[in-house]
Amino acid sequence: MSDEPLKQDAPRGALKRALDSDILHSFLRSKITVIAAVITALYFIGALFAPWIAPHDPFDLAGISILDARVPPLWMDGSDPRFLLGTDDQGRDVFSAILYGSRISLAVGFLSVILAAIVGVLLGLVAGYVGGRTDAIIMRIAEVQLTFPAILIALLIDGAARGVFGNLDREKYVFWILVFSIALSLWVQYARTVRGSTLVEKNKEYVQAARLIGIPPFLIMIRHVLPNVIGPVLVIATINLAIAIVTEATLSFLGVGVPPTQPSLGTLIRIGNDFLFSGEWWIAIFPGVALALLVLAVNLLGDWLRDALNPKLR
Amino acid sequence: MLAFSIRRLFQALLVMIVVALIAFTLFRFVGDPVNQMVGVETTPEQREALRERLGLNDPVIIQFARFILNAAQFNFGTSYQFKQPVAEMIGKRLPATLELSIVSAILAVLVGIPMGVYTGLNRDGVLSKFLLSASLIGISLPTFFIGILLIFIFSVNLQWLPSFGRGEVVQIGWWSTGLLTWSGIKALILPAITLGLFQMTLIMRLVRAEMLEVIRTDYIKFARARGLPNRAVNYRHALKNTLVPVITITGLQLGTIIAFAIITETVFQWPGMGLLFLQSVQNVDIPIMAAYLMLIAFLFVLINFVVDLLYFYVDPRLRAERAIK
Repeated sequence: MSDEPLKQDAPRGALKRALDSDILHSFLRSKITVIAAVITALYFIGALFAPWIAPHDPFDLAGISILDARVPPLWMDGSDPRFLLGTDDQGRDVFSAILYGSRISLAVGFLSVILAAIVGVLLGLVAGYVGGRTDAIIMRIAEVQLTFPAILIALLIDGAARGVFGNLDREKYVFWILVFSIALSLWVQYARTVRGSTLVEKNKEYVQAARLIGIPPFLIMIRHVLPNVIGPVLVIATINLAIAIVTEATLSFLGVGVPPTQPSLGTLIRIGNDFLFSGEWWIAIFPGVALALLVLAVNLLGDWLRDALNPKLR
Repeated sequence: MLAFSIRRLFQALLVMIVVALIAFTLFRFVGDPVNQMVGVETTPEQREALRERLGLNDPVIIQFARFILNAAQFNFGTSYQFKQPVAEMIGKRLPATLELSIVSAILAVLVGIPMGVYTGLNRDGVLSKFLLSASLIGISLPTFFIGILLIFIFSVNLQWLPSFGRGEVVQIGWWSTGLLTWSGIKALILPAITLGLFQMTLIMRLVRAEMLEVIRTDYIKFARARGLPNRAVNYRHALKNTLVPVITITGLQLGTIIAFAIITETVFQWPGMGLLFLQSVQNVDIPIMAAYLMLIAFLFVLINFVVDLLYFYVDPRLRAERAIK
């Protein structure tokens, strides 16, 4: 890019540039985005430091007592000051379970988005740069996959994994199976976007120059083309984080996600769903609200980022 | 037009073959089909005989060809778990899923389009802003949680509507319908809203964006300059031209709705194909998984095909382009 030489006087220059950049300005001007960012940050802190923040450890069998089961939240009759949002049927603190649950939801969401981005960007680069039959095959696969909703693909991969590992072994790998199946259902969008920009970039002079001095194609793709096509990937990744979190929660709710011993937000809702009719609504509703709030905040951030990085809208 | 259809048909066939390959791989290589069919006390000789009879010792290519031939006649063998023919089991549950999906799609269109038109025409109105914010929340709420909230409000607290099942159904030939009984209609309301809400917000946002685009065009300005009444400009001229993309997206979404029915059917214990598919994933009942995959792929391809032709039919420019080429 044109301001390549400027990199010399980083980091001070970079920091200064960032401070009066358009992006920061538009960020601070949009109140709702700031709120969304704060909420997202709170979730991250809560998830990262769950063992220190959570008042109870919901997985420490010695610490929970069945006598504390089904305690309602603080502001209702019969509540217990130790449990802010009440307890579930086994006496686990709902608030602590939400903190630990967000941890798993965010971890699965993040890892699957990263994996999807790596796979998608690489395939998109190769398809765009190499072209020809390679391009045709990759893009045809992408097209076929795009006609199916992500949730269906994730369910199928999970079903196949059960067949391969057996139901018992599956519990051991379930975290990675989830990451893998969600990532596989999301890579197409990255591949298509990156391929499109690669097609434009590969005819530019800097690529031709690199080719002329004999740099191997793989290095040209990674070192020269990639930095110039990576911009939109960030936007897709943010929006995809929300999709990945919802997909994980949905799979867990459907009973094919993480097991109740290591519950994510979706698993917590599944557990609580059984108690909806007996009056213990808080076991399902609070994790659900926590999930919706997280997804909403991430969605708002993604929306803002898309608009902020789109020069046409300024 | 004919060349276009044939090319599309060829592409559709290719997609079906790819999907069939995946389904076949699932069936053949995920777990041993013979182990799933026999008991523990079966002797190795009996297993070998069954293997031979099922044709599992033939070359893989021949097995795949046989699989496709059978799939074309919707013959997917018997379920591992229920020991019943898969085609029959899915056929029994197809009406429930289709009724739910179609009612949700109609609901999404009937509510989504007017909301989109309204928010597009009154950009800065209070109601428009409210609807837009609400739609963002609607997109962020996972489908299953919407279902749970609706059950919590309307079934648990208000006790107006049932929270599970289809109610009474009436059998018309092989089709079972819940639309003819009062309890069937009551049972349909919550699932249909749950399933349709996401598409509704999608259609609303799409129509709004298209309206905003169209209103800026010259022919709308001209229509206003001619002194045509607002209503005629908005509905006869503007809305008509926004509908082409809306038809496409709605058509494509119908396929998504059928797949998302898996979630809604689980929340409401709706006895449709989605629930059957989910059970089959949990029990690794491969024949049902394979059959469901093929059926969904077929529906998707069919809908895509119809939408393509419809698009071609609705937009005269497309026809003109082809003619010039």
